[in-house]
Amino acid sequence: MTLLSKPWIWAYLAAALTFVPTAMLSQGVGGAWELVLAALTFAAFSVLVGLGQMLVITMGPGNIDLSIPATMTLAGTLSLKYMDGAAGTGAAGLAVALAVGLACGAGNYLLIRLLRIPPIIATLAASFLYQSLAIWSNRGLRIKPPAWLADFATGAALGVPNVAVVAGLLAVLFWVLLERSVYGRWLSAIGQNQRAARLAGVPVDLVRMATYLISAVMAALCGFLLSCFSGGAALNMGAEYLLISIAVVVIGGSSIAGGNSNVPGIWGASLFLFLIVSMLNSYGLGAGVRLIMTGVIIIAIVAVASGSRRAS
Amino acid sequence: MRRDPRILLPVLSLALLLAAVFWVQPRAMSYFGINLLFNLAVPIALATIAQMFIIMVEDVDLSTGTFVSFVACVTATFLVETPLLGSAILVGAILVYAALGALIHARQLPAIVVTLGMSFVWGGLAVLILPAPGGAPPDWIRWLMTSKPPLVPMAIVASVLIAAVTHLLVMRSAFGTLLRGVGGNARSVARAGWNVTWLKAAAYGLAGLFGVLAGMSLVGLTTSADANIALRYTLLAIAGVILGGGEFTGGRVSPVGAVIGALTLTLAGSFLSFLKLSPDWQIGAQGAILILVLAARLILRRGRAAA
Repeated sequence: MTLLSKPWIWAYLAAALTFVPTAMLSQGVGGAWELVLAALTFAAFSVLVGLGQMLVITMGPGNIDLSIPATMTLAGTLSLKYMDGAAGTGAAGLAVALAVGLACGAGNYLLIRLLRIPPIIATLAASFLYQSLAIWSNRGLRIKPPAWLADFATGAALGVPNVAVVAGLLAVLFWVLLERSVYGRWLSAIGQNQRAARLAGVPVDLVRMATYLISAVMAALCGFLLSCFSGGAALNMGAEYLLISIAVVVIGGSSIAGGNSNVPGIWGASLFLFLIVSMLNSYGLGAGVRLIMTGVIIIAIVAVASGSRRAS
Repeated sequence: MRRDPRILLPVLSLALLLAAVFWVQPRAMSYFGINLLFNLAVPIALATIAQMFIIMVEDVDLSTGTFVSFVACVTATFLVETPLLGSAILVGAILVYAALGALIHARQLPAIVVTLGMSFVWGGLAVLILPAPGGAPPDWIRWLMTSKPPLVPMAIVASVLIAAVTHLLVMRSAFGTLLRGVGGNARSVARAGWNVTWLKAAAYGLAGLFGVLAGMSLVGLTTSADANIALRYTLLAIAGVILGGGEFTGGRVSPVGAVIGALTLTLAGSFLSFLKLSPDWQIGAQGAILILVLAARLILRRGRAAA
């Protein structure tokens, strides 16, 4: 059992490979440390949505949550609107965001269960509704988050960004949930063979419901933190996180076919995705070249990683 | 004669929606009105067919939208100024699609991730070609897309043609049966002596071809292109295939259904603008229509199971 046989090692190797040339361009050790902090901060948001998406994808082919961006936007918009920038409303605002997440997750699962439609279509159709709600309630105004929440989201404790601490703790929690709890065993069993899991007495419907709820709540939390971080909720704030949430799961070494998930890989892949963009940025490449390189690198990583996984 | 019941629901939902449109706005019941309602149907139908070829072999293409945008940018620039180079780029793009299909099968890669990566690549290329909206369609495409055949508007004629051609190719030809076999049971197709890598490459190549047609026809209608012109086509195309009775597994797709699904989605968009619905709710209403149709599908299936 060598380190190289771990499926998540590729994500970290790739992150390191992109870190070195970017850090070389920056001014000395201080600049490199700045890059580490920025990577930790922005990766944290990808980790939050990635963890939820990972649980959903673990349930096997066809399971995917496309409503993550809309849920993020709706949670960010409604919670900021509720707090209205006033002091002392932080906890209630977080509660509003998480409640929005629960509602969106419940909506997704009801569509999947009652209408028996594939999750990809159910979450897509639902996301249209959530996005409309967000547009309607936002109405072009940009409410600032309460000052201390903005400070928390952009601040750092003991040199580590607060959002990274939150995402780190949640990653540990998810690892325990997957590796040490009966829910995690059930989830893997469903991903490997849903029929066998059902026959073995796994409460399949309950686990699926819980998983879609968790995914939506994580998206809501990410939307809440992101809108506090960036000083307000924008209607397109979730847009790029759809692709990111799927990409970090797969680059991180979880099986897209389900049944096999990987928490450490989510962090590695999130750091990698941020570092690629900043590497291409710091070498002064335009948006077009940056996009092309990002795409080619994602495909190359998946091609290399899946080849080595088959060999082992 | 046994009709495929799979096609029944798409037809019904389209008819119902059309009836609703005519009830709200009786003046739409004319050559001009129908032309307006289905204005953007042709590119959406072509993109849906492209997605269908991928879903047929049990994959999903998340790059449809950026690919159609890329093609639109090439069509509005290179194809006008240097037709030879423009055509070469488009043929090259189709070959890239086919190569991706072969790569995905040969190395057993997750198609979702590979096409996700490709969506960055196509998007980047489109931005390089047209950093700002602009360009113009070649005259012949403009002429073709705005021509007015007698009695029936161009969008309807083209949709029927697309449905007929792809139906013959996918449902009636030996080749189409093989491709659907790859989606149904790739291993048994391989055991029967076929090279599945080539078949996957063919399916992806066909998707590329229809993606190219979608982009070209889109520019013919809009008269200019930009790098983000068709981003929503990815989701529209997936929804169109499913509305048309297609399924994500087993190679069960219906080309005629997919075209009707695309028409339904186009009409849903036009219907909402007819209702003078607040723009806030346009997307939401489109989602609601999607959910309603899928709910109807469930009820219809139950009814059939009981009968």
